[in-house]
Amino acid sequence: MTAISSGAARKSASKGPGPIVNSLTTGQLPKFVEFYVLAGALIVVGGVMLFLGFNLGGWLFLSALVYLIALGVLSAIAENRRRAVDRIVRSLVTIAFLLAIAPLISTLWTVASNGIGQLNWAFISQTGGAVFNPETLKVDITTGALQAIVGTLEITGIAALMSIPIGLLTSIYLVEYARPNQPIARTVTFLVDVMTGIPSIVAGLFAFSLFTLLVGPKAFSGFSASVALSVLMIPIVVRSCEEMLRLVPSDLREASFALGVSRFSTIVKVVLPTAIVGIITGITLAIARVIGETAPIFIAASFTDNFNANPFSGPMQTLPVLAYTGIKFPGQDIAASNASAWGAALLLVILVVILNIIARVIARVFAPKGAR
Amino acid sequence: MTSHPAVRSRTSSVKAPGSTTASGPRSPQGGAGSSRVKSRPADRIFFGLSFGSALLIMVILAAVAIFLIVQAAPAIAANWASNPDLNSGPTGSFATFWNYVAPLIWGTLWVSAIALVLGAPVAIGIALFISHYAPRRITGILGYLIDLLAAVPSIVFGLWGIIVIRPLLLPLTDWLNHNLGFIPIFSGQASTTGSTILAGGVVLAVMILPIISSISREIFLQTPRLHEEAALALGATKWEMIRMAVLPYAKSGVVSAVLLGLGRALGETMAIALIISPSIGFYWNILTEGKNSQTIAANLALNFPISNVLQREALIGTGLMLFVISLAVNFLARWIISRSNADKSGRKKRRPKAIVEAASAANGPALSASDSPVRATGSATTKPEGTPA
Repeated sequence: MTAISSGAARKSASKGPGPIVNSLTTGQLPKFVEFYVLAGALIVVGGVMLFLGFNLGGWLFLSALVYLIALGVLSAIAENRRRAVDRIVRSLVTIAFLLAIAPLISTLWTVASNGIGQLNWAFISQTGGAVFNPETLKVDITTGALQAIVGTLEITGIAALMSIPIGLLTSIYLVEYARPNQPIARTVTFLVDVMTGIPSIVAGLFAFSLFTLLVGPKAFSGFSASVALSVLMIPIVVRSCEEMLRLVPSDLREASFALGVSRFSTIVKVVLPTAIVGIITGITLAIARVIGETAPIFIAASFTDNFNANPFSGPMQTLPVLAYTGIKFPGQDIAASNASAWGAALLLVILVVILNIIARVIARVFAPKGAR
Repeated sequence: MTSHPAVRSRTSSVKAPGSTTASGPRSPQGGAGSSRVKSRPADRIFFGLSFGSALLIMVILAAVAIFLIVQAAPAIAANWASNPDLNSGPTGSFATFWNYVAPLIWGTLWVSAIALVLGAPVAIGIALFISHYAPRRITGILGYLIDLLAAVPSIVFGLWGIIVIRPLLLPLTDWLNHNLGFIPIFSGQASTTGSTILAGGVVLAVMILPIISSISREIFLQTPRLHEEAALALGATKWEMIRMAVLPYAKSGVVSAVLLGLGRALGETMAIALIISPSIGFYWNILTEGKNSQTIAANLALNFPISNVLQREALIGTGLMLFVISLAVNFLARWIISRSNADKSGRKKRRPKAIVEAASAANGPALSASDSPVRATGSATTKPEGTPA
């Protein structure tokens, strides 16, 4: 508080005769001073670095540093210390945001530029792998991701089929049936919170242990990976459905009860239709979240080059695992393995983006009327 | 992420289902059927199903713990020195399970700590930028961009780290090693390929940015507008307003957001497995080639395919330790949230009644003070621009 009152008593810069000055804007730096200082910093640092050896990362970093110092000094001289601090913090916060956007763009660009060469019909429609050709006595290597695409869709689909009913019903229990402070409801809410924090690889280990005990060793299967993904997906579904159901005004429920409608009919005919758009959006985003999981699938379904469409027996390949194994455990032709890894990564990103767009479109198009 | 549909369905849902209620099939039955209402079989079955699913969640969580313990027990109990399955391969040269897992735990914590140091300040800065600095009109888009960062699969970040971050950090690695090599963490033979803890930590930091910043953002947005306006009206600059009104209000929420980010970092597998060239041991160094402490998750991913049965069980044991650690971190985060909620609801009672009522009316009946700031993601954006007061 003392800082403010002393600041309010800040002495005005201009006194005495001369043209009438606007007392509100004196003692302030011009409006776009940040941009001028930034341009100056970039040019000065760039000029210095041209002599000492240019480096993009270093240029940006040093420019940011010079910019912060110059702005702080300038503002401290022309304005006052409090404003200087304010301007520096504003710049720091903006830099933080740019620091987050840079990796996003860089990641997407890297994946797109490295994977685009792989993306063609053959890559999507062929089963990849190395086959020994007895006539030419050579190993024919085909790059293809069909087995991984099929595996990803099956494993994620089964996981969604298991998680959506469980998650939705649990959230219905929490919102519609349980009283807010009931011990069971509180425990379930807490456990869902805890479940969101399970490391994905631990979910994979759980599925592997479960199926090892049930089926015996070498229990790799697509279904096992689906179980692992369900462990990760259920809490996300519960969380988003719960949020949506809670947003349904309780007036609607009360009106329905007042008409003698049973609880079941109220939920199915009133509450769910009201919240359905949000629920579908949340579920789509949950699928997008788990479709890119690598570690649990890698542990539970292992990896293979063979085409396997049966989720209940044998290892299955998936896109994220193909991307991982192509880099970490490449085949004989390392370049081809890496290339198919990038292709798989790009396909995966495209799938995730499509799912996100679907979620957005559902939320926008099917939102109840009057919201826009 | 899901806040936008939330806003829409909340504000508009009043109209949509009105017709549903009116034309509901049960409505003409009269008002005196309360005893009949309770005994409908569909009702009971549905309740049973939803209650069963809620119980199933408890069962699943318990099953995760039990199956991991059952699978890991033989390897934890085994004599590692004399067992032929364990004294070779990835688990060779370790006398007991604990000798094996202790350095891995250290590596996990160390890499996560690096990621947190690098990522948390940036994430909080992003949250402040979106909640208080960016122009109102584009905050939605900016928040969506950051959420998009969370949607990128971790394997893609791993691949990106290999070909972008590793070479990008090499000059910095050399510079730090030359000039600040006297500090233990920068010491040692500098890496020439870039497969260092530093590179892994940077990628991990990028991956935990969205979780920390989205939670912090929601909490920053929940700061009582009257507090902010009071500070500004007293002549505070924006930063002073944030320091005096926003940060104290959001402190515990931000701490728990950081802890949740830590939980994410602890379990992150693929980026670390792809980028760092590891060795199991207690090392401080973050710039070297051979002295990079391995993490539990990456060790699992690298060694699981090449292990025999007992070694796999040992690896599952390390996974059990990871499970315990991340559970502890999550418990701590949730505990801080619930404690601060209790504080805030206590404080709210002392505020003038009208304001509280206005605020609760604006936030909707379901999202009252008892909801934790993290859970109430739908409410933050519904917070009105100017609370009627």
